[in-house]
Amino acid sequence: MADVKKIATRDSYGNALVECFPDFPNMVVLDADLAAATKTGIFKKAYPERHIDCGIAECDMIGVAAGMAAAGMIPFASSFAMFAAGRAFEQVRNSVGYPHLNVKIGATHAGISVGEDGATHQCNEDIALMRTIPGMVVINPSDDVEAKAAVRAALEHDGPVYLRFGRLAVPVINDRPDYRFELGKGVTLRDGKDITIVASGLTVSESLQAAEDLAAEGIDARVINIHTIKPIDAELVAKAAAETGKIVTVEEHSVIGGLGDAVIGAIAENPVPVYKIGVNDEFGKSGPATELIDLFGLTAPHIAKKVKEVLGK
Amino acid sequence: MDVKQLKKTANEVRKGAIEAVYQAKSGHPGGSLSAADIFTYLYFVEMNVDPENPKAENRDRFVLSKGHVAPGYYSTLAHRGFFPVEELKTLRKVGARLQGHPDMKHIPGVDMSSGSLGQGISAACGMAKAGKLMGRDYRVYTLLGDGEIQEGQVWEAAMFAAHNKLDNLVVIVDNNGLQIDGSVADVMSPYPIDEKFKAFGFEVLTIDGHDFDEIAAAFSKARETKGKPTAIIAKTVKGKGVSFMENQASWHGAAPNAEQYEIAMADLNAIAAGLEG
Repeated sequence: MADVKKIATRDSYGNALVECFPDFPNMVVLDADLAAATKTGIFKKAYPERHIDCGIAECDMIGVAAGMAAAGMIPFASSFAMFAAGRAFEQVRNSVGYPHLNVKIGATHAGISVGEDGATHQCNEDIALMRTIPGMVVINPSDDVEAKAAVRAALEHDGPVYLRFGRLAVPVINDRPDYRFELGKGVTLRDGKDITIVASGLTVSESLQAAEDLAAEGIDARVINIHTIKPIDAELVAKAAAETGKIVTVEEHSVIGGLGDAVIGAIAENPVPVYKIGVNDEFGKSGPATELIDLFGLTAPHIAKKVKEVLGK
Repeated sequence: MDVKQLKKTANEVRKGAIEAVYQAKSGHPGGSLSAADIFTYLYFVEMNVDPENPKAENRDRFVLSKGHVAPGYYSTLAHRGFFPVEELKTLRKVGARLQGHPDMKHIPGVDMSSGSLGQGISAACGMAKAGKLMGRDYRVYTLLGDGEIQEGQVWEAAMFAAHNKLDNLVVIVDNNGLQIDGSVADVMSPYPIDEKFKAFGFEVLTIDGHDFDEIAAAFSKARETKGKPTAIIAKTVKGKGVSFMENQASWHGAAPNAEQYEIAMADLNAIAAGLEG
């Protein structure tokens, strides 16, 4: 995929905010001293009067967002996933989730692809935390096209939404005229009958590559992109389980409480074996993002190897 | 509404709070009683609210940051006509609207859900900032406990309020001097409260939180203050009006038994009788 265009979904976030504002005049964008990194700086440049820097005070930022939503605005509260979902978890739970306020949380720098900053900034727990909050929608887009569509879908949805974006530039895989983003709907990107690979975020392109490599070896793997982890498309997952008999999940997140567990939960009453690839029960570490993704087993060769192992091939 | 009428109303608010906590067999009477005069002034004089249209876009907003004194708050809302006073007896019961802590989704007149300390002031800042951004002239009020201001988020919010020149925001600290584990000065002293808010950029007014003339003067001063938020440090008595609850930390979050309930009501009825004629 060397010649494929690559864009970090945090850039998509900043650009989408600018594109959406004319259609949603009640929008306001909050940041906590990371506008250059979360890319809300792009929005700030276009609409400075609607960009509020809260300083390094994420808990207050979430509360301010809640108050703005209660007053009829649509705030996007932006920070790194570590601080938006981690540090401010209880504010998200009590000030946003409990009153079901129309707050969008734009969390960038999720997962190990943060890279060199290391474990303190690599949030592998945000999906687990956010999906436990009643009424919270959790979206983890796979590329630029999907990330931008997700921002618009979040605006069209009345209620709290957690949007997970990455720091690393990832291949654009959804750039096709008939692409449509539907909240809560998984997307079968490749059909297959031997096994299903369910992926989310930056692991979707790696899973597609793995499926292609497996096809060359005679293995017919289905690939499903779950951009909305909550509510998960249980119907699509159940169908894949019934038709292919085995599932491998791939996520840039802890294997505890993330996509893998959401998939297992979706088919718990009619289960098939589910094999989880993700960050095992450990912290991340410093290093270039691409090396870390390989080190943690999230790249196409690792996914293909796991599939073959599961199929006994 | 004159001072005598305000005193009578506040006394009824106190009776409603005691009734609610007694019926619920749990809840927080101490702070409900210390804040009753402030609640009464806010909802019967200061704030532009309409019980017939509780979600009116340009209404003034109130956030009970110290959400545990919901009994006093609910009693005020009920006496102001947002819902029947009789409903106070359903506090904390299964199926009731009156949750243990304020729930904006179901209780008429409640502008923000609250209860986890330190969070309400941030929401109040958000409402005030939104008012400025959207060009609306409503005002926002939030009530904090003096123990609550031990939460770091309060000071994040205080910084935000002054930085954004939120002169449409009034922060009131119910300085009754007590928290669950004892006196605030002993547990983790927040003093000097006035100097702290001054240093954070607030106009600061210290008043007797049971003196309606002082309360009125403070809110009037806040309206005149431009370019910065106002903090009113209200010196109050925890348990105010009920003899055995006054200045007792143990009545922070405990319900009276039948005998204590009778004494409490007798105390408040005596105050009511004193206000007649």
